[in-house]
Amino acid sequence: MSDSHPKLPFWKKYIFSTDHKVIGIQYGITALVFLLFGFGLMMLMRWQLAYPEQPLPLPDILLKLFGDDHTRLPGGIMLPEFYNELGAMHGTIMIFLGVVPLAVGAFGNFVVPLQIGAPDMAFPRLNMASYWLYFVGGCIMLFSFFLPGGAANSGWTAYPPLSVIATQGQTVWLFGMAFLIQSSLLGSINIIVTIFQLRVKGLTFMRLPFFVWAQLITSFLLLLAFPPLLGAAVLQIMDRLAHTSFFIPSGLLVSGQELVEYSGGGSVLLWQHLFWFLAHPEVYVLTLPGMGIVAEIIANNTRKPLWGYKSMVYSVIFLGFMSFIVWAHHMYITGMGTAISSFFQATTMIISIPSIIILTALFISFWGGSIRFNTPMLFAITFLPMFGIGGLTGLPLGIAITDVHLHDTYYVIGHFHYVVAPGTIFALFAGIYFWFPKATGRKMNEFLGHLHFWPSLICMNIIFFPMLVQGLAGVSRRLYDGGIGYEHGQEIFALNELISWGAWFLAIGQIPFIINFFWSMFAGKKVESDNPWNATTLEWQTPTPPPHGNFTKEMVVYRGPYEYSVPGAKDDFTPQSEEHIR
Amino acid sequence: MDTIPYTFEEREDTGLYNAKFGIWLFLASEVMLFGALFSAYILMRVGAVYWPVGSETLNVPLGAINTVVLITSSVTMLLSWAALKQNNFGKFRLMLGLTILCALAFMCIKSVEYSAKFSHGIFPKENTYYAIYFTLTGLHALHIVGGIIVLVYLWGPGAKMWKTNPIQFTNRLEVVGLYWHFVDLVWIFLFPVLYLL
Repeated sequence: MSDSHPKLPFWKKYIFSTDHKVIGIQYGITALVFLLFGFGLMMLMRWQLAYPEQPLPLPDILLKLFGDDHTRLPGGIMLPEFYNELGAMHGTIMIFLGVVPLAVGAFGNFVVPLQIGAPDMAFPRLNMASYWLYFVGGCIMLFSFFLPGGAANSGWTAYPPLSVIATQGQTVWLFGMAFLIQSSLLGSINIIVTIFQLRVKGLTFMRLPFFVWAQLITSFLLLLAFPPLLGAAVLQIMDRLAHTSFFIPSGLLVSGQELVEYSGGGSVLLWQHLFWFLAHPEVYVLTLPGMGIVAEIIANNTRKPLWGYKSMVYSVIFLGFMSFIVWAHHMYITGMGTAISSFFQATTMIISIPSIIILTALFISFWGGSIRFNTPMLFAITFLPMFGIGGLTGLPLGIAITDVHLHDTYYVIGHFHYVVAPGTIFALFAGIYFWFPKATGRKMNEFLGHLHFWPSLICMNIIFFPMLVQGLAGVSRRLYDGGIGYEHGQEIFALNELISWGAWFLAIGQIPFIINFFWSMFAGKKVESDNPWNATTLEWQTPTPPPHGNFTKEMVVYRGPYEYSVPGAKDDFTPQSEEHIR
Repeated sequence: MDTIPYTFEEREDTGLYNAKFGIWLFLASEVMLFGALFSAYILMRVGAVYWPVGSETLNVPLGAINTVVLITSSVTMLLSWAALKQNNFGKFRLMLGLTILCALAFMCIKSVEYSAKFSHGIFPKENTYYAIYFTLTGLHALHIVGGIIVLVYLWGPGAKMWKTNPIQFTNRLEVVGLYWHFVDLVWIFLFPVLYLL
């Protein structure tokens, strides 16, 4: 199949490519760069939190990068406005430009067509458009740092009325979001159509790898949850540019002044409803691909089928449906009423059940397996307890009465970072180590992998566990001095220093990964077969790296995705495309 | 790209070719977009102390004419697709041309309505009623404009494909038609909600 494609010029092959594998890698590298950048913003914030009112210990040349000395860092000391800018952009970049593009754009693009035996995505040119919309959206976000007043500084949630009266960085943020929303729309349509239409013969839905299921449900969430945010963004753009009053209530005073250009009559809660209608499904967009990756790696490295594959599939479908009716558990203290709170509290408790089923099934999958502890497996195993802490600490936030105390504290930060950082991001690392040999033909170095894994695991917990403690003590997440100005912040203030050092050491812990990533690309150990992990799913039946068009022969699927250690078989794995057990 | 299956022909178990599946998913996302804005309308209206009656503030006859114009364009859209199915290229051109004319007529009438408001000094910031009116109809008008661009392309330069690949061309028209009917349907909701209620 690869011979039928003419040789393409460099720019068509690697830059404006329509090949799903190249686009996946483009997505992956761009997203990793954004993750590092977003992490960098946080490292600056951590200085301010640990050592408030002390100048940043950076060389002058670096400080100059942040613009005129007086607008952001007079004398090297961070102004609150700059801190807010960093906070808003950290959230935006990590979620919309880092984790989601990596989980869905990179892994969805690269792995899904291979796992279902397709030659490419259903719409290759839309796929390319999706990447470039994402790229432009990201550039717009970065550009906003150079505006007068800086980038958006109203939090990644962009709550009005603050966001409506904020500096013009917010307008640019909204336009950037519009690009990212269109990008994810094209991407999700593409993944859904690809999974439904391009599955090879014999690959029924109950024979799909769990990763493909996770991507399918994720894409439906992106498809249906993002448009309301686009609608909300349109309304906020109208408020900011045409001075409508969708989110400006009557009689609003700003610094004692009435806003004369606004008629009033709007509702700030409207934004919160529309925003969280996206942003709760978004939580599952962040986690489901991670679960999918972990499921693949656990089945492969325990050398046995996943325990309860079907119940995992039904759980993920149910999870997808439920995620649309839990959004207002982010809004218990807005005064929307106890009846509504009770409803969302009930749905929130219900939605934890399918997550627990999936996690439990993955745990039980270890039982009786002969486990291989390679780097991808280490990250995948760690995903389970880390995501578990993240999930369980979410329960007190889902119950309205305990949420009153915990809302907007560091507890919330600790909770969702446990889900996303040592949870999803670890799963994504696992995926990178796992599929790297398929993409490049070389394995990543195991020693550097360990050197990456252990410091990351330790530092992640040093960072996020104390946050739970701080939050229980009642420290608000919005304080730019980390709580030193607060009476009840005194006892836990020292923890800020620990957390900050944890964050900086975490950064050092990523260096082995960066070295490993580039070094292995050119000098890593070459794989000896197309199936170096002895896996069963279809992506390992292609040449390595797969050529344009992927498969060299017609694929037919005869069995389920995880037929490891089949009794009577010679090998401990039976690929899906194998007609007879040998 | 010719190797991708089901680009032209239907897959047996889904009964769809890829693009048709894709456009239905796109329309589902559009339902969510307009659904969110209609919900915003409801929330604004329920929370308002005073809400103007649409029939007293907007031009109902013009809105009604526009409704008829858009429904007509949907019918001609369907007829142009049917003409391709019957191998009648001339009739296709005529019907698609009529669709484009209807769409342009809609935009003209809409701009008459808009400029009447602007000339009275009424802008979106007047109050939340006008804010949601201009936002909803404006977003709908953007959808019409997008549709017109694609329709003109298929009527003009894009029609060359009829000679080289009639099946894919017919599919393209069907997909655009589905989008067009959806845009029409949005207006059928917008008209009573904004003009009559």
